[in-house]
Amino acid sequence: MRGARIGLSEAILGTILLFTFLLMAQLSPQFLTSTNLLQLPRFVTEVGLIALGMTLIILTGGIDLSVGAIVGLAAVVLGALYEAGVPLPGAIMGALVVGVVAGSMNGFLIAYLRMPPLIATLATMAIFRGLAFGISQGRAYRDYPDWFYTLGQGYVGPFPTQVPLLLGAAIVFAFLLSKTPFGRKIYAIGNNETATRFAGHDVDQVKFLLYSLSGGLSAMAAVLLVSRFSTAKADLGQGFELDAITAVVLGGTSISGGTGGVWGTVLGLLVVGAIRNGMTLAFINTDIQQMAIGAALITAVTLNQVFGSLRLRRKGVRTTG
Amino acid sequence: MYVDRARQLSILAFLLVLGLALLAYAPSFFQPGNLRDILVNASYLFVAAVGMMLVILTGHIDLSVGAILAICSTAAALASKAGWPLFAVFLLALGLGGALGFLNGLLVTNLRIHSIIVTLGTMNIFRGALIYWTQGAWIYDLPSDFRTVGLGQFGGIPYPVWGAIVTFALFAWILTQTSWGRSLYAAGSNPSAAHLSGISIPKVVLGAFVVNGVLVGLSAVLFSTRFSVIQSNIGYGFELLVITTVVVGGVHIFGGSGTLLGVALAALLLSTIGTALTFFRVSSYWELTLQGLFVLGAVALDIMRTRRSLQRGEV
Repeated sequence: MRGARIGLSEAILGTILLFTFLLMAQLSPQFLTSTNLLQLPRFVTEVGLIALGMTLIILTGGIDLSVGAIVGLAAVVLGALYEAGVPLPGAIMGALVVGVVAGSMNGFLIAYLRMPPLIATLATMAIFRGLAFGISQGRAYRDYPDWFYTLGQGYVGPFPTQVPLLLGAAIVFAFLLSKTPFGRKIYAIGNNETATRFAGHDVDQVKFLLYSLSGGLSAMAAVLLVSRFSTAKADLGQGFELDAITAVVLGGTSISGGTGGVWGTVLGLLVVGAIRNGMTLAFINTDIQQMAIGAALITAVTLNQVFGSLRLRRKGVRTTG
Repeated sequence: MYVDRARQLSILAFLLVLGLALLAYAPSFFQPGNLRDILVNASYLFVAAVGMMLVILTGHIDLSVGAILAICSTAAALASKAGWPLFAVFLLALGLGGALGFLNGLLVTNLRIHSIIVTLGTMNIFRGALIYWTQGAWIYDLPSDFRTVGLGQFGGIPYPVWGAIVTFALFAWILTQTSWGRSLYAAGSNPSAAHLSGISIPKVVLGAFVVNGVLVGLSAVLFSTRFSVIQSNIGYGFELLVITTVVVGGVHIFGGSGTLLGVALAALLLSTIGTALTFFRVSSYWELTLQGLFVLGAVALDIMRTRRSLQRGEV
């Protein structure tokens, strides 16, 4: 099952990655330096953690548009708790709990009330972002103890702190997907939800857990982001849903669920990260970066659609870990 | 067709309660100038919501309408500054909206990608293109004839409200009396039956996206002509407000059913709430949360309705 996919879609993704790196090197001479490339994981880890959770959700045929809003909410909760006198470890725990609760609210709406994921998370996106603005009243929370900044700005050996974190998370998720019954259930739901239900699996529970997990990962991203920027604000994480979904889809996971995996997402993430980082180094406005990523998203879905149907025609339907 | 009288009546009841509360706690809300503002706000919202209604009826969605509104507003303002006559400015905004809607529709129907992914992409592409074009600059010193649309009136009724009335009348006819209007409902409620009865679903969907774009262009004209400055981030988050209006108005989120009257009432409700919050001294930072809760409530009602009718064997 695994070997089948190494080939066409990995080759396409590899080519896209190479092309992006060359293009960015053209845009900015600083891009292809070892100092910058070592820094790259620093910028992609927040979106990366979210994209890992998003991979599992998209594999089941769902989607989570509220991840960026949860980042904003969790960041504000962290800042507000700390400002109210809660010690920082407690404030971080508070932010993580809020993230999981927000995610489980999505899970409840989708798994148990059977709302379509698109519209449920579009609504909770507004609710969570609104709560972040309402709680903070638009203020920024600053002045954390020094040790907190090592998380987002420090190093492990020559690598930014984020490298082992992202790599560890990716390995855990890859193992979860390919080696555990839980992972097999995720693919099964994406391929045929009704059949999975009839086979006696608790589909609703799997979905509930995945959306809760996505909320928790978004809150972790928020903690990293606040540590990296030294500031917690309600508008943090705006547009993260676009970057995360683009990374997942670029990585070859089918938007309708059932096929794809974690390592593709990691490669897709490098493409998104390289576009952001390279264009920032070339002093290109973030709105125009958004444009490039939006275009990458549509191109990626189109390519997957085209090659996906070619593959189906040639080999019949298959799933991959 | 299922006509959701219950939804229309509950919105009216909600408006009534809100009105009574305002009468008791903030009677200054009922100044003529304020009521006029609310009606005008409801008008451009309604026009865009009719477009979104067409798209949602077919079972799709368009997240790029805020970006389309921004592009059309900016283009109209720049053309007007360059000395274009008013009708040419209008045609430009409507045409540009239609063209962008055509692009969305083409991607949705030809690539068979879900519309939420396509329009999430085009939303960012359109915004980026706009910033690339204007370099983020605001547009000042708009000519006075540009602003006559937003600020003027005819027969005591502001022009934007006329725009909404004409849109209502036109689409009340289109949705109930023309075969294209009926096929929108058919495509959303039972695509395979619609296909078998000879309706070309891609054509219907493409048409819905184009007309949606044109209506967003019209909404942009009604909206932007009220300001003396057009900011580069105009219409940010507008897509959510429009989707909220449509869903609260009783248009079924899976497509296939919904009425213009419900959408019109919902537009009135949402523009009233936006202003009422200020009069209740609630920070506008909470408005977004309230919108989200409205969407969830409306969708939950939809789902309960579907389950009930499933149990009764009506579907």
